[in-house]
Amino acid sequence: MTAVFLGIPTAPRGVGHLRGDESFPDAARNSLQNGQLRANLGHATSTIRGKRAAVVGEVADWAELREAGRAIKAATMARLDEHLIALEEQVTARGGTVHWARDANEANAIVTRLVQATGTDEVVKVKSMATQEIGLNEALEAAGIAAHETDLAELIVQLGEDKPSHILVPAIHKNRAEIREIFLRTMPGVDPELTDEPRHLAMAARAHLRERFLRARVAISGANFAVAETGTLAVVESEGNGRMCLTLPQTLITVMGIEKVVPTWRDLEVFLQLLPRSSTGERMNPYTSLWAGVTPGDGPQEFHLVLVDNGRTAVLADEVGREALHCIRCSACLNVCPVYERAGGHAYGSVYPGPIGAVLSPQLTGVQDNASLPYASSLCGACYDVCPVAIDIPSILVHLRAEHVEAQTRTTPEAVAFRALSKAMSSPRLWRLAQRAAGLGRFLARGRPTLPAALPPPASKWTRTRDLPTPPAETFTQAWAREHGG
Amino acid sequence: MTAREDILGRIRTALGPDRRVPAEISRDYRLTDDRSPDDLLDVLTDRLEDYKATVVRCGPADVAPTMARALRTALGEHAPADVVVAPGVPAAWRPDGAVEDDGRPAVDLAAYAAAVAGVSVAIAETGTLVLDGSALSGRRALSLLPDCLVCVVEAHQVVSGVPEGLARLDPTAPLTMISGPSATSDIELQRVEGVHGPRTLVVVLVA
Ligand code: SF4
Repeated sequence: MTAVFLGIPTAPRGVGHLRGDESFPDAARNSLQNGQLRANLGHATSTIRGKRAAVVGEVADWAELREAGRAIKAATMARLDEHLIALEEQVTARGGTVHWARDANEANAIVTRLVQATGTDEVVKVKSMATQEIGLNEALEAAGIAAHETDLAELIVQLGEDKPSHILVPAIHKNRAEIREIFLRTMPGVDPELTDEPRHLAMAARAHLRERFLRARVAISGANFAVAETGTLAVVESEGNGRMCLTLPQTLITVMGIEKVVPTWRDLEVFLQLLPRSSTGERMNPYTSLWAGVTPGDGPQEFHLVLVDNGRTAVLADEVGREALHCIRCSACLNVCPVYERAGGHAYGSVYPGPIGAVLSPQLTGVQDNASLPYASSLCGACYDVCPVAIDIPSILVHLRAEHVEAQTRTTPEAVAFRALSKAMSSPRLWRLAQRAAGLGRFLARGRPTLPAALPPPASKWTRTRDLPTPPAETFTQAWAREHGG
Repeated sequence: MTAREDILGRIRTALGPDRRVPAEISRDYRLTDDRSPDDLLDVLTDRLEDYKATVVRCGPADVAPTMARALRTALGEHAPADVVVAPGVPAAWRPDGAVEDDGRPAVDLAAYAAAVAGVSVAIAETGTLVLDGSALSGRRALSLLPDCLVCVVEAHQVVSGVPEGLARLDPTAPLTMISGPSATSDIELQRVEGVHGPRTLVVVLVA
């Protein structure tokens, strides 16, 4: 069943950051020409892959935790309405106020109104994917409110007037020298002797933000988890900027996608093990803040929770695709993805890049608005293997490709090919014929390992951007039949 | 229709009339651990040191002098009144001349060089200390603004893993889980200790 058929709206156009200006292949072709970007990404992702593998390897019950994480998320989605109602009840009972936003525009309007009601014209923000998704900073700016990003990577992106390219480390595409250059250019009063030592750069950020934290009256945060049974919100972070935002201002506004709710307090015992090891490759992240409503004499005395749909219910309507809502935004799938490592996050055009972005963005917007993303993958399956909640990203990609092809009214070569493929795969006789036809490919390759890029159209559309391996002399089934006499 | 009704309605439509509700979650992962309490203290120490925290051990009678030594190492020579303690920290632990947090405006706590707090629970496996906003742990700003944080952990507060740790906590309290000094991995995904939170973490392990 699809959202379109059920009349459930997707994320609206013209607001937020879920759609790129160009298709993935076009954007990727540009970024592939940027050697510095590829070097930065390759270095950073290989560092983190090694760390993740080491700390996941030391957990004897990782498979059991992963299965529990998957099951909790599936159970959450099956009763999402009930959990959200329970969460609202609990947060309200503890002195918070819950707001519901159908989409980005509504969420932005609610937050703007709440900030304006406090009489301030600046807010501090702790990194939140949801607020990036809905374009909150732009909406606040339009209302004359300055939003200061406080996460180091977010700050680098904001000061560099850049766009985030990774879920966890939005400035992953910048190396230390580039970051130093941005700081020297944009930070008022920065030490001109600033080196590109990561420690010095972190200290510069500390000095730059310290005073802002101390004077801030309103903070805006995201949430990693919200516990329905207790009304507890959780923010997982490293630098302490999150704690500053969650503790010092008088008013706290938390913006959260509706899929972030978990049913019980115990569920956190699973996710607080899965998330840090998968994301930064640490046994535990330096700081996790947990709070329920308002605590007299400790932290913000006014708390607002904004629950945002913005296309999530449309994702929920798709029985295969809804698994994308299980994502805990660890970014492990980005770090292992060969396509992400080469193309970079910007090529995806959405705040959600990489494998998870390729399945989430097109579902939030409707596949017609992000039609090239489901093809931004080699289906190698590495994303599924590392995903701490076992989201079967490759299967969702194939599912979305089929949906895209089906929705196409114009007959493109790709559509014809996919239709033919699905037809061939559904009949053993046709499949054997197709495999024999692959022998033609061997002839064209004339002994080289890949097929020539200059195949005649429409095949050239495919080989222009991909090295198509020469088909093997014998298919697996032929070899099996020869060896086993089957 | 309100946004609330609309969203809840969309969810019900999306899930359809006969939604499949999955079976009980099987929690086959480790909930307890059979390592001895002594082993757990060693694991906790190892993990904390891996995060570049300083761990000092002492007996119950030696907390104050041990802490004074650790503070001198961390801060150098300093005025006794540069140290602020949570209101519930026992007199026997307090360094001489330390100031008690009296509920002044939170941002004023930034003027202190160090803060002293007790913990609610410590998780060995992940090197995590949990502060719960009680008088012993202090309010959240106390363990955040001074640049050096000293936490006192008693042996009976140490559990093996995350499930045991969370089971001991009150989910409605303002909780802060601390695993090492503040840090960032935002530059080339390399960990650097010390950003906005305390740059120095000292743990006094009382056993
Ligand atoms: S899809 Fe899985 S691996 Fe990728 S960010 Fe989400 S939780 Fe992590």
